[in-house]
Amino acid sequence: MSSPVIRVENLGKKYLLRHQQQGRRYKALRDVLSDKVKAIFQISNFKIQNSKSTEEFWALRDVGFEINQGEAVGIIGRNGAGKSTLLKLLSRITQPSTGRMELDGRVASLLEVGTGFHPELTGRENIYFNGAILGMGRLEIKRKFDEIVDFAEVEKFLDTPVKRYSSGMYMRLAFAVAAHLEPDILVVDEVLAVGDAAFQKKCLGKMGEVSSGGRTVLFVSHQMNAIEQLCSRVLLLESGRLKTDSPDLRNVIRDYLFGSEDADIAARSQWTRKDGQFDNSWFAPRRIYLGDQNGTALAMPVSNDGDMWVYIEAEAATLDPALTIGYAIYSEGGGLLYWSYQTDSAPEDWPIIERGRFTLRGRIPARLLNEGVYRLELIGGLHHRQWLFEPGKSAPQFFLNIQGGLSDSPLWAAKRPGLLAPVLPWSLSS
Amino acid sequence: MSKLVIEAGKSELHYWADLWKYRELFLFLAWRDILVRYKQTVIGVLWAVLRPLLTTIVFVVVFSRLAKMPSEGVPYPILVFSAMLPWQFFATALSEASNSLVSNANMISKIYFPRLVVPASAIIVAFTDFLISLFILAVMMIWYGITPSWQLLLILPLTGITFLTAFGAGVWLAALNVEYRDFRYVIPFIVQFGLYISPVGFSSSVIPEKWRLLYSINPMVGVIDGFRWAITGKAVFFHWGGFAISLCLVFLIAAGGIWYFRKTERAFADVI
Repeated sequence: MSSPVIRVENLGKKYLLRHQQQGRRYKALRDVLSDKVKAIFQISNFKIQNSKSTEEFWALRDVGFEINQGEAVGIIGRNGAGKSTLLKLLSRITQPSTGRMELDGRVASLLEVGTGFHPELTGRENIYFNGAILGMGRLEIKRKFDEIVDFAEVEKFLDTPVKRYSSGMYMRLAFAVAAHLEPDILVVDEVLAVGDAAFQKKCLGKMGEVSSGGRTVLFVSHQMNAIEQLCSRVLLLESGRLKTDSPDLRNVIRDYLFGSEDADIAARSQWTRKDGQFDNSWFAPRRIYLGDQNGTALAMPVSNDGDMWVYIEAEAATLDPALTIGYAIYSEGGGLLYWSYQTDSAPEDWPIIERGRFTLRGRIPARLLNEGVYRLELIGGLHHRQWLFEPGKSAPQFFLNIQGGLSDSPLWAAKRPGLLAPVLPWSLSS
Repeated sequence: MSKLVIEAGKSELHYWADLWKYRELFLFLAWRDILVRYKQTVIGVLWAVLRPLLTTIVFVVVFSRLAKMPSEGVPYPILVFSAMLPWQFFATALSEASNSLVSNANMISKIYFPRLVVPASAIIVAFTDFLISLFILAVMMIWYGITPSWQLLLILPLTGITFLTAFGAGVWLAALNVEYRDFRYVIPFIVQFGLYISPVGFSSSVIPEKWRLLYSINPMVGVIDGFRWAITGKAVFFHWGGFAISLCLVFLIAAGGIWYFRKTERAFADVI
């Protein structure tokens, strides 16, 4: 039962970055030829130029672990930590530069929902085709066809081209096909980031079923709740290396979100822009911090008996009435407490953003949050058009540490259970 | 279930076994592309009919009426169309196969399968167009009262050679196309150039004797002459020596194409 089905040793993946080709996505024969010609005429110069222009980049390095049959393992890490590279290696899409891996059993990877779906084909045709792509045989698909259609709830539209589907239907159909694979090892990347809440729940349920059925699941997500719900073990990747491998989910997640050193947190109670980060003409943030009424930065930990403000210093070159800016606040466990936007109130009360530099602030009322560490993330974008700062996608973030000042009551001295600790009015009515 | 071991730098031994395992995907891919091709436009099939037909008409006018090329005792439209058949197949197969990887980039970066499946199935799509053209040929042969003889069976091996040529060159170009994105501008040029240097609009007997061996090295020359012979029953012209050389060349291209494809395949997902 508990023999390793995945064994990875020393795994590494190297990419060559070409600086000279910035702005160009692809190599062109034209450039290669012209470089060669240049090389003939200026051999000495070219060598120097060449060594400068390519740089090795290890997306993954010296990663090793074993996974037993039936385990559900979460993989977490910041963007660029190597999660997707690891999944791509495990699903054999790309080849490792170093090391080896052993996979025992049929691997199905779901790096994207609906790969190979063709908009012109009907739902029925796409089920067959997508199933084949994911490694199902024709007979297997035939056998499960009704189940898939049931799960996706698209019976009525089976013979409609999927280009006429709503995006929800499209997603459901795509996931349904994938969910009915019966691999020994299932590799899933961030699939749940799309779709509505009900759909996400359904997907998670299905994945839970898969892993409790004795199959192995590897799951990458930025959603810590999903990881906690599904996984029994978690791998934390940091800049291409395996930092932690532990069944103690809570601690690893806390490490990941907040860093392991408490002292560190004070230093991270504000966010300052580094060169060129998040540059855009609508809202380029410079600095974000927590301050008091007068804009003086608060030292962490902060007492909870006064109002706090989230100050966002930013610059705008283009004004757009659809600009919404705010923050998301997360608990230590990674759970979202709330979102707040400058456009939450009636339109006449919205702060008017002007061209140039300005500071936007949002109040966190006294005695709303409980004691503990919170992570705040800048969120926002052009409403219904595009994200400028997408939640969970390495947006600017900083931390808030609350200690004390929860209440004036003599009975209430320490941290309470629960995410919030508001002091709400009570009275007697006869 | 056998254990799969992947090691850095080792080319996979199970590649060919995998290719066999993924044969269903190959069929599905071809099936999808055929469905899309004939579904997307109402004139999908009509297009497959019109293209060779219109080109044939133009060629007949230009080469027979204006240039007064010899017809070798065969109705000129049949002479042109029997060459148009393999040529169109080759040209479509080559360009479809060459672009197949890039146009399926999404699948390649998200799913593992032996990549050879993609250009191979693209050729199948070109093959359906070929079958439609065969039907037109049958109609034309009835119209001109040409009765086929046993030689018509020669079409089978000749189609096989065309297939192999298009596949060999196609996978080569497909792999180059992934690596160098501007290669796709070269492909239409190759196809167009090939049309002029192959005896599609004229009989190869117009080529001076001393150049024939050299001329026959172009694999499509042998195939086209063979098609004409098979269809009309008249050995218009056939250079066996040249044909043998070009056959060797076809195998070389195919082997080289597969070798290059396999060599670069590992990095496809990284660069595509």
